[in-house]
Amino acid sequence: MSSTQNLKQRLEAVNEYERTPIPKNKLKGWKSFIGTYAGEHTAGTEFVLGPLFVAHGASAGDLVSGLIVGNILAVLSWAFLTGKVAVKTRTTLYYQLEKIAGNRFTLVYNLVNAALFCFLAGSMIAVSATAVGIPFNLPMPSLTDVYPNSVGWVVTVFGIGAITTVVAMFGFNVISKFANIAAPWMIMIFIAAAVGVLPRLGINSFSDFWPVAETTIWNGVPLEGQSKFTFWHIMFFAWFCNMGMHIGMADMSLLRYAKKWTYGFSSATGMFLGHFIAWMASGILYSLFLIESKGSLVFAPGPIAYEAAGIAGAVCVVIAGWTTANPTLYRAGLAIQSINPKWKTWKVTLFVGLVTTIAACFPALVMQLLEFVALYGLILMPLGAVIFLDVFVLRKMGLASNYAELTHSHFNPAVGITWVISLIFCLGLNIYGGIEIFFLGLPGWFVAVIVYLIASKVIQKKSLIKTATYTELNY
Amino acid sequence: MKSLLKIISFIALAVTLVPSFLVFKGIITPELSKTLMFIGTIVWFVSASFWMNASDENEEAEN
Repeated sequence: MSSTQNLKQRLEAVNEYERTPIPKNKLKGWKSFIGTYAGEHTAGTEFVLGPLFVAHGASAGDLVSGLIVGNILAVLSWAFLTGKVAVKTRTTLYYQLEKIAGNRFTLVYNLVNAALFCFLAGSMIAVSATAVGIPFNLPMPSLTDVYPNSVGWVVTVFGIGAITTVVAMFGFNVISKFANIAAPWMIMIFIAAAVGVLPRLGINSFSDFWPVAETTIWNGVPLEGQSKFTFWHIMFFAWFCNMGMHIGMADMSLLRYAKKWTYGFSSATGMFLGHFIAWMASGILYSLFLIESKGSLVFAPGPIAYEAAGIAGAVCVVIAGWTTANPTLYRAGLAIQSINPKWKTWKVTLFVGLVTTIAACFPALVMQLLEFVALYGLILMPLGAVIFLDVFVLRKMGLASNYAELTHSHFNPAVGITWVISLIFCLGLNIYGGIEIFFLGLPGWFVAVIVYLIASKVIQKKSLIKTATYTELNY
Repeated sequence: MKSLLKIISFIALAVTLVPSFLVFKGIITPELSKTLMFIGTIVWFVSASFWMNASDENEEAEN
């Protein structure tokens, strides 16, 4: 057998159970989720988000307390919302939504979702490129750049994009294995890079840390042109920066492999290693950069990490970006594949990888990352509320779950109405109420819940509800 | 063999982390710390790839 045929057979053999519940013998243990969450959330974004708190003038006390509370709320959301739904249904978000909302609705949703995932993965490929470009003296993009600034940048991005795509083509197992290996090492690099530069910030003993943290690193003064972050900003940011994944249910794709819903608590590794230690570490590195560059507004994660930790630091930026881009690309592939299940997983992922890599060439993607992450979670949130209600609440109210499947309908208007009204409500709060985007998720979720229950009550036909039958999974 | 590889891996992680604390205490230079971190990185990825995923496969086989 030729190596080409062998490769094709291996790719065709990748079966990710897109339209069937995960069989019992394919469930995964704790280690797989601990490694995946730790790797995914100790990632390229951490090199951007940690410095954000420094730039927005977070005080040290607000930062520590806000991150602890926000991360705990995020872990609880993963376990009690995503974990419970994923284990009960054992399906992907996309297939579950199709059963509830109909295939015409999910076509639109999946296209929106796949585009969001592509942009997120693309930004991480670009972050990796800032490190790969160091030995080639690659001109780094600046905050105001929109288009690629050199041929070298495009070539670098395409190289990283190709590797990321090939790995994602081989499915969840390969991604999970790499994340398992990289995760413990990455967190060591984040800690080591920050500890190694502490003397340059005037910290020469552990007792020096907190006074310097309060007065120098997170001094509570925002950079010019940046808004001031309080405890509430930090808490809601920590809770909602992955809103699409937990409240929005995107992580059903991962947690459907869990033996128990409590495996959702394994997201704590990602939150407290990535969204606590790594954010603080990257904040320390950025604060030092601001001091030594006398307030320069240039921002390139690769060179900052290289300056602090040498080659290992630069490699960390590359791999951190990669371990975020990989599962994100995998999710985007699932979203596109649900449009036409006959498409092969690896072919879809190849296409998604190409689109993502082209997007990654545009530096504007990275520079607008904060706004993008907020919007991404907010757009997916109402459908997460719909899925949760459909799985756990509707039947208790005498209504039917999976209404589109039951009625052989291509579109369940209750879901469409919920999505549109929730997002219009959030937009109104933002424009007319002046409420910042990170605070919109909470009121928006309750609006989605109320609208979906009322719309379902009005739209569902009683004769069909009585004939509905359900298959329960008992593992 | 697997135990030996695990020991090597954990030593590699230590070599990645500990030098920065020695820099913090003023015992070694930042340049030496960066070199040690790079060595620790290489040894970690080489050694851990032999046992970390093997452990997962064993766990799945037991299910």
